[in-house]
Amino acid sequence: MNAALRPSEHQTEPLGQRTKVLSLVDVDKSFSGGVVALKRLNMTVHAGDFISLLGPSGCGKSTALRLIAGLMRPTAGRIVWEGGQGRDDFGVVFQEPTLMPWATVGQNVWLPFRLRGQSYASVKDRVEETLSLVGLERFAKSYPRELSGGMKMRVSIARALVTAPRLILMDEPFAALDEITRQKLNDDLLALKSRMGSTVIFVTHSVFESVFLSDRILIMAPRPGRVLQEITVDAPYPRGLDYRTSTDYAAKARETSEALMTAMGGVLMEGE
Amino acid sequence: MMAATDVRNMTKADAPQLDAEEERHARAKRIEGVAKWLLPAVVLALAIFGWDRIVVINAIPRYILPGPGLVVQTLIQDWPILYPALLVTLKITFMALGVAVLGGVGLSVLFTQSRFAEMCFFPFAVILQVTPIVSVAPLIFIYVSSKLAALLLCAWIVAFFPILANTTLGLKSTDHNLRDLMTIYKASRWQRLRFLQAPSALPYFLGGLRIAGGLALIGSVVAEYVAGTGGVGSGLAFRILEAGYRLNIPRMYAALLLIAATGVVIFMVTTTLNHLLLRKWHESAVKRE
Repeated sequence: MNAALRPSEHQTEPLGQRTKVLSLVDVDKSFSGGVVALKRLNMTVHAGDFISLLGPSGCGKSTALRLIAGLMRPTAGRIVWEGGQGRDDFGVVFQEPTLMPWATVGQNVWLPFRLRGQSYASVKDRVEETLSLVGLERFAKSYPRELSGGMKMRVSIARALVTAPRLILMDEPFAALDEITRQKLNDDLLALKSRMGSTVIFVTHSVFESVFLSDRILIMAPRPGRVLQEITVDAPYPRGLDYRTSTDYAAKARETSEALMTAMGGVLMEGE
Repeated sequence: MMAATDVRNMTKADAPQLDAEEERHARAKRIEGVAKWLLPAVVLALAIFGWDRIVVINAIPRYILPGPGLVVQTLIQDWPILYPALLVTLKITFMALGVAVLGGVGLSVLFTQSRFAEMCFFPFAVILQVTPIVSVAPLIFIYVSSKLAALLLCAWIVAFFPILANTTLGLKSTDHNLRDLMTIYKASRWQRLRFLQAPSALPYFLGGLRIAGGLALIGSVVAEYVAGTGGVGSGLAFRILEAGYRLNIPRMYAALLLIAATGVVIFMVTTTLNHLLLRKWHESAVKRE
């Protein structure tokens, strides 16, 4: 592995005293019109965590992500990046690949560096290395329209990873993909995570995805959006086909489904 | 054994059928490729031939409708008069188009950077656009002493609006997720404009440019009609007017031919530019397999 993409230093620390990356303290968010999107959200993210926010639509899981990303300000409460100001260092993957259609794959992945004023030549190796991590080393000169949906999503992930950020925010990134592509990307995401030691917050509405990927699942409920329950998934990484077909996985999926049913209690009549 | 025979029979029966269809498809494509050029050329030739026949058969006098042969002949004969006029018209058209691009793009950037600027000045742009240039041009020729400047101003008024309107629309229709991405990576206003808004607006701008190219020519011709001054430095429109007064209809047609040709060339240039800039990525220009 290249030195530039080594696991973050936190990875090597013993469990239990892992470095905090981010905490949300009593975060509220309401919109004009009186809609309470989030009520008293508390969350602590440690280096190396893979946290899923799982819940029905309207539970504020995307709002939580947008608050962390700084795209919105909380109405009340605090979002604290450990290490203080300027440490809000993260990459984002949206539900859509969100690539610039006029730019090549390589140029798209270059964007975070480009906006910092770094030339392509100075980060070319890094861009190519990240592309090869997501299996797209041969496509640096292709345009997004020439790629399949899954490949576009890989480019989007490469762009989020290329600066080796402390935290990666993912907002239902695989929701629009077919099941086969989705499973493959789930596998690859875990491989990437263990290789780079990334910390991930992952918004999803899929029970199975959350159980497969995360070590913590926050079950969220709507009206007002809040965290109802936290489920810990202790199955060790790396997780693969063995885990996907294990009884542990099935049991965890059942537990999560039940928690989700509780969270949705009363809103089922809306046909969800 | 049975199965193997079946498969062989199947291939025999099916394979040629499929090939025939493919072949028909390919042939249709080839024919279409040729017809795309040939058909308009043939129809145009037929139309010119028809024009010639009508003139000859009805013995129409040349001061009412000259035949195509006479028009071409006049074009060659009067070239020393028409060529300088063509250069004048071209100069005004392209200068006006250039200023329209600068003005249209500049104003649209201003409008998207500041909503207040848009509120203040957009009504003026609309008023300029909706007022027929023929009715404004005489005033412009009174107020602006330089004839060239006045002509330019008229052509610019006609040509800049489609560029302004289209580019403004383009600068505003950026993908909202990409906008969020720019915010996340703390892009400056300038970076946002350069890396996101400008490329998003490019197809819209080029669409505006195609309209503006034709309008710049119309604007310069109309302005010249209104200006009506003769002598040195007159464009094609003046030559048409002058030939009309002298009942020199063949020269009118020759000048008209040059104006039409100029319009076609402008259209082809802007279309080619559009294709070259967008063929790699934009849906309007990429070839579908």
